Amino acid sequence: MTGHHQTLALVLFSVFVAVTLAITTFVSRNRHGSAEEFYAGGRLFSPMENGFALSGDYMSAASFLGITGLIALYGYDGLLYAVGFLVAWLVVLFLVAELVRNCGRFTLADVVAARMDERPVRIAAGSSSVVVSVMYLVAQMVGAGSLVSLLLGGTSDTARNWTVIGVGALMVIYVSMGGMRATTWIQIVKAVLLIGGAITLTVLVLMRFHGDVNALLRSAAGRSGHGRAFLAPGLKYGADWTARFDFISLGLALVLGTAGLPHILSRFYTVPTARAARRSVLWSIGLIGGFYLMTIVLGFGAAAVVGPEAVRGSNAAGNTAVPLLALDLGGGANSTGGTVLFAIVAAIAFATILAVVAGVTLASSAAVAHDLYTSLRRRRAKSYGEVAVARVASVGIGVIAIGLSLLARDQNVAFLVGLAFAVAASANLPVLLYSLFWRSFTTRGAVWAVYGGLVPALVLVLLSPVVSGSPESLFPGVDFQYFPLQNPGLVSIPLGFVAGWLGTVISAEPPDEAKHAEIEVRALTGAGAV
Amino acid sequence: MEKHDGAGTGEVRFDDPWYDALASGWGEVDGTGALAPAVPAARSGHQEHTGGAAHVYLEVQRSAAFQEVRGRYRRFVIPAVAVFFPWYVGYVVTATTAPGFMARPVVGMVNVALLAGLGQFLTTFLLAWAYARHARLRRDRAALELRWDTQEMTRNARGGER
Repeated sequence: MTGHHQTLALVLFSVFVAVTLAITTFVSRNRHGSAEEFYAGGRLFSPMENGFALSGDYMSAASFLGITGLIALYGYDGLLYAVGFLVAWLVVLFLVAELVRNCGRFTLADVVAARMDERPVRIAAGSSSVVVSVMYLVAQMVGAGSLVSLLLGGTSDTARNWTVIGVGALMVIYVSMGGMRATTWIQIVKAVLLIGGAITLTVLVLMRFHGDVNALLRSAAGRSGHGRAFLAPGLKYGADWTARFDFISLGLALVLGTAGLPHILSRFYTVPTARAARRSVLWSIGLIGGFYLMTIVLGFGAAAVVGPEAVRGSNAAGNTAVPLLALDLGGGANSTGGTVLFAIVAAIAFATILAVVAGVTLASSAAVAHDLYTSLRRRRAKSYGEVAVARVASVGIGVIAIGLSLLARDQNVAFLVGLAFAVAASANLPVLLYSLFWRSFTTRGAVWAVYGGLVPALVLVLLSPVVSGSPESLFPGVDFQYFPLQNPGLVSIPLGFVAGWLGTVISAEPPDEAKHAEIEVRALTGAGAV
Repeated sequence: MEKHDGAGTGEVRFDDPWYDALASGWGEVDGTGALAPAVPAARSGHQEHTGGAAHVYLEVQRSAAFQEVRGRYRRFVIPAVAVFFPWYVGYVVTATTAPGFMARPVVGMVNVALLAGLGQFLTTFLLAWAYARHARLRRDRAALELRWDTQEMTRNARGGER
């Protein structure tokens, strides 16, 4: 694992960075730093462009590296992630996309604040958005770390840490210079590259097996050492009831989390109308569904061609299965074809991480500046422009995410993203759905719904085997594990809904009929939408 | 272009350019076999608004036109969620609690689990398509008219306050 493919991958990656930086400067020329421009890119993207950008935002390192790795190691249990990630878009399409586009301006908190006492709900929804985004960022940067340590052929911790820091620094540049417009174009470029790469590899895998999917599955099952059990659920999550509940928990978090992800919600504001938001979701369902179908082929392909042992040997969590598959498909480690293909795939994966990181950072800096800063600053204090605050916030969030991802670097990327989804589903989804659909929802209910989901989710993660008490946890040396499941969703998502309901029924203030009428009419008709 | 695709959610009024009927009649039926009834206007034209802009939304919310749009949205979304969510949860629960059933081979190496997974992809694509079609044919035009009406009423109400 030395020599040419490293150089080539670095060159390709540098080209991507150069191109995206050029895009950033090009699209942000002559743009004034208005909030409309910075958070929503001027709201004039077409549904197709936004559909590509949505799928670019969504098809993260978790999808490309994480899911394929999990399938290569555990067979069918990895496929369940792909299903959950896709089905989640029905929640987005049916219940969220159009209505959020019609009711809000830039962030999730806008929708809730339209009905409620603005300050407390903005602080609550803003904080939970920042937490979700940081967790999501950590997962992406862990993916970047695994990739680079594969690329540089070893366990060089310094190189890995510097990569993570470099990715963080680049994302801050993209976001603070280019805002939503540049970020969107980077997502589009990345989505095209990623889908192109996935198509190429899928075709190569299928060619290897002469187009015979059955032969591919048989070969994957045979090489895995599990036989037919590899193609059925249970290898990773079937050992005992704890593992089973863990999986159900993850499944719920995946399907309900997408609709609460701040960087996905903020994408709906880049198109002019609710109808355009709907059509961009349709584009992204098509693109994402096709992409996940290909990742399934790639995952089983990696199991069949590379073999689970080699995958595990390179990265215990499976994050490097796809680059290894590319190396093999191109002709092996010492061939030109293998080198080139490996370099291209590694560069695409880097690009993926970089673009997603930029998108998430933008969304979280919007939550800091638009929700937290405007609600928390003292009235008499000198007020800075919201966009300036957002730029500074992107730096701060970058630093926090870098620090945490240096801690979490040995976890599977798809698994880490599962945690972010669980927090999003617990803290953001209940308040969003209640605000849009429940007539009697009150301010107290909104605040309780956010904290009632956020706090349990975080506490349960802290008390889970992810953080302590097992050899794979973040702090293997200590043991304060009291919660058996790795993913908190099964408990914390219902708690978020219950807390919102409880806060509403015991709140002293009566629900505001007129505000409910306003949000309902605006959500379904688009009246007064910006 | 966008506004004209998908024809009439309602009685065709030939004097209205929004309602250009397609010669084939394609797209006029929403799948249930019945023509969608016309949506009444949000306001009858003679009432006075008394409470300013806030009351406009209450008034629109109570109007038959809005109730119809909301009803159409709910009548699609609630059953659709009731289909895909239990189907997904059932799939996840079956996969974890009944791996033996899921491992049952069907054709070659393909087993029940793989078919169920692909089935999830298929139903997602189908439901997304059905939702978009329903929204385009049954909701969009009525919602757009309501939007203009509401905005005009809001403007008038604001004007009246000053």
